[in-house]
Amino acid sequence: MRKSWIVALAALAPLYAQNIVIQNATIMTVTKGTLQGSVVIKDGKIAEVGEKVMMPQNATVIDAGGQYVIPGIIDCHSHIAVDGNVNEGSVSVSSMVNIKDVINPEDIAIYRALAGGVTTANILHGSANPIGGQTLVLKMRWGKDAQGMIFEGAMPGIKFALGENPKRSGNPQGGRGATQTAARYPATRMGVEDTIREALNEAKDYKAEWDEYGAKVARGEHPIPPRKDLKLEPLKEVLEGKRYVHAHCYREDEILMLLRVADDYGFKIRTLQHVLEGYKVAEEIAASGTGASTFSDWWAYKIEAYDAIPYNAALMQKKGIVVSLNSDDEELMRHLNTEAAKAMKYGGMNETDALAMVTINPAKQLGIDGRVGSIEAGKDADLAIYDKYPLSDYAKVQKVLIDGQLYFDRDSDVSGRPAKALEKQKLIEKEKQSQPKPAGGRRPVE
Amino acid sequence: MKLLGILIGCGLAAGAASNNSVLIRGADVYPVTSAPVKGVSILVLDGKIAEIGAKIVVPKGVRVVDGKGLRVYPGMIDSGTELGLSEIEMIRETVDTGELGEFMPQLRALAAVNPDSEHFAVVRIAGITSVMTFPAGTGGGEGGGGRGRPPQYISGQAALIHTFGRTWEDMAVSGSAAVQVRFPILGPPGGRGGPVPENIAGLAGETGAVTFTEMTRTYQQEVAKLADFFDEARRYQKAKAANLPGFVRDLKYEAMLPVLDGKLPVAIAAATPRSIHDAIQFAEKQNVKIVIMQPRELGSAAAELKAKNIPVILGRVLALPRGQDDPYDQAFTLPGEAYKAGIKFAFGTFDNQFVRNLPYQAATAVAFGLPQEEALKAITINPAQIWGAGDQLGSLEKDKSADLMVTTGDPLEIQTQVKHVFIRGQEIELSSKQTRLYDKYLNRQ
Repeated sequence: MRKSWIVALAALAPLYAQNIVIQNATIMTVTKGTLQGSVVIKDGKIAEVGEKVMMPQNATVIDAGGQYVIPGIIDCHSHIAVDGNVNEGSVSVSSMVNIKDVINPEDIAIYRALAGGVTTANILHGSANPIGGQTLVLKMRWGKDAQGMIFEGAMPGIKFALGENPKRSGNPQGGRGATQTAARYPATRMGVEDTIREALNEAKDYKAEWDEYGAKVARGEHPIPPRKDLKLEPLKEVLEGKRYVHAHCYREDEILMLLRVADDYGFKIRTLQHVLEGYKVAEEIAASGTGASTFSDWWAYKIEAYDAIPYNAALMQKKGIVVSLNSDDEELMRHLNTEAAKAMKYGGMNETDALAMVTINPAKQLGIDGRVGSIEAGKDADLAIYDKYPLSDYAKVQKVLIDGQLYFDRDSDVSGRPAKALEKQKLIEKEKQSQPKPAGGRRPVE
Repeated sequence: MKLLGILIGCGLAAGAASNNSVLIRGADVYPVTSAPVKGVSILVLDGKIAEIGAKIVVPKGVRVVDGKGLRVYPGMIDSGTELGLSEIEMIRETVDTGELGEFMPQLRALAAVNPDSEHFAVVRIAGITSVMTFPAGTGGGEGGGGRGRPPQYISGQAALIHTFGRTWEDMAVSGSAAVQVRFPILGPPGGRGGPVPENIAGLAGETGAVTFTEMTRTYQQEVAKLADFFDEARRYQKAKAANLPGFVRDLKYEAMLPVLDGKLPVAIAAATPRSIHDAIQFAEKQNVKIVIMQPRELGSAAAELKAKNIPVILGRVLALPRGQDDPYDQAFTLPGEAYKAGIKFAFGTFDNQFVRNLPYQAATAVAFGLPQEEALKAITINPAQIWGAGDQLGSLEKDKSADLMVTTGDPLEIQTQVKHVFIRGQEIELSSKQTRLYDKYLNRQ
């Protein structure tokens, strides 16, 4: 199945390999207003955006008359393209594991995300432990291998998690997701804070060892290097500002706790994820310069989500926080454009601020806003084209480009279905014929 | 303590206006069952729609609401919820769906509806004025009896309720609108994986897996068991009618009588063409009315549903395809397919936290082939008719219950705001736990 898509896309790719002009479109740049005009793409980058543009030679023209172009959508919280379980939950601190090692480029969710206009996603470890595994940013380059999907140059991250999920393993009464029979520390929010502080404490000492070693080397000495610790290495990077912390959190108390812990250890939390009660401590979050990535309208699925309000995103934005809307779900990921529209309904965001929550804001949170998140000359040509006004459920994604390459085309998808059905039928027939005969050459007796 | 405070707060806030007569003046009225009329008034007297027209004399003492630039629609109806029975999904103490027992038609969802559930305010201020609330979990959509729990065949009576009312009695439109039947599904225990090949059946014992032959046998046994219960109920019906000596009243069989009389449908979740066909066949054999819920594929069942005039409750439109290799838009296009096949259908959200997104599920279907007017019908008049309240709810017509939403535009568009909601003519205060928290923290000092 997947193979046939790759074949179909490979056939399209040469058409789009070089110069492309998308014309007659309504272009919602997010950072430079909305205009009627064209986007010129050269060598995978946006070369020009305007009402009138210079047509490059040999350009492929996409006539997007009546259609809308927006920056490719960026999902700041996803678990797609992960091979197997996203949680290494056997320990309280699993910073030694890395999502990068388990990327599955054949996950069909990647193609489906593309079909929903998503071009980039922050792929996170689960929330089973206060400090979880390392994370990374992917582009949805369907058909490429795992290495080819990695957003080159994007800062790596690590998952932290607060509240119900990390303490669940320690709760003798269990609850959904509690799979362990033996209790694992922590079992309370107090223990979650302690677990994080203990680990950072270790990391601080570890960093001091390496700093001392570095200083000795700089002085021309020949010291024995400290032993490399795979658990503490990524936490050292956090303390050095070389790795972003994406922290799963719900309630205001735990949000504030984590901000203060970070203050004590001299680093910044990059994003608060979910952050459903972020609206209650929006001033504190804004003052700390921390980003917030939330759901549009999830609530009441657990007690820590009972005070969630659909106005959370708008309220936090009004108080000066950089806010993004994420999916954390491979289905929801396919319509983040309408999640943005909900920020207009709930809290009265304007169109640009709402769209920013799924484009430039997550780009800022992931430190990739120099490359993606808006339609501006010099940026990567990561674009989604909709048939109608995209902040509406009436709109469908027509085409998606990443690095100026066409990765999704609705017309090709639909027209290719009969051929794929035929291919599937042939495979089934083939499989039937290759079935081994039952032992003894007899049909089993019922 | 905090929770208690909020509940009390909601109880007080739900008081709203005291009368149930009103005139909405100069609005664009969308009756759903007839063409929209622009710039007219709609008069509500004693909770019912009295008149729609350009020149209505305001009766003395009736309040006037300015509808200029606004639209009036019938309130929306969600055909698949657990509202009032499930507050916080993961906390069992707050969840009253999913009783134990194999055959439980006597259970009433209605009497377990908590009128002060925070969910009601959240959904009614979004314009949803009635919902079907089901006695058993409706999530997942694959139907069938007992996934990972003891099998259940009949879960109880689903209720059609208003989303506003002081008690569940006030809220009831129909205390018993369907009997929820969990029709057996042909599948492996636990619902995961497929059957093991027949020729290595020896493995089955160790892994807990079963062969197709065994699966089929279990399935047939379960269907037979369900049929037995219907047969017993029918014998009970006869015994009762004949007033046989020694007749003993039985609550389970009593609850089945309206089903056997064809007054009450069974509601059965069935995902695939095969399971839809099997459920229909069962209902035909038992000579009972049936509503099919949450199909994921229609295929060959579409023609059968149309030919036999069986209504369908479509589950989430915003859903993943069933299989890895199914088209990415499989769930988006399903309502359009149902429409083209001529099937009568309504939408259900089947997840309490997203009931308010009912119109957006419908709108997604519009993007993928369903006409907009049909989408609107599927959240208003169609569910009213399917659940036996077509004479009371679902459209703006004289003498119907004045369940109205007054909006700034097309209710299927996310950006549209709901400006007024009326349930039985009573204007609902547009506040919920969520709006109150918003106001509180927006103005935090």
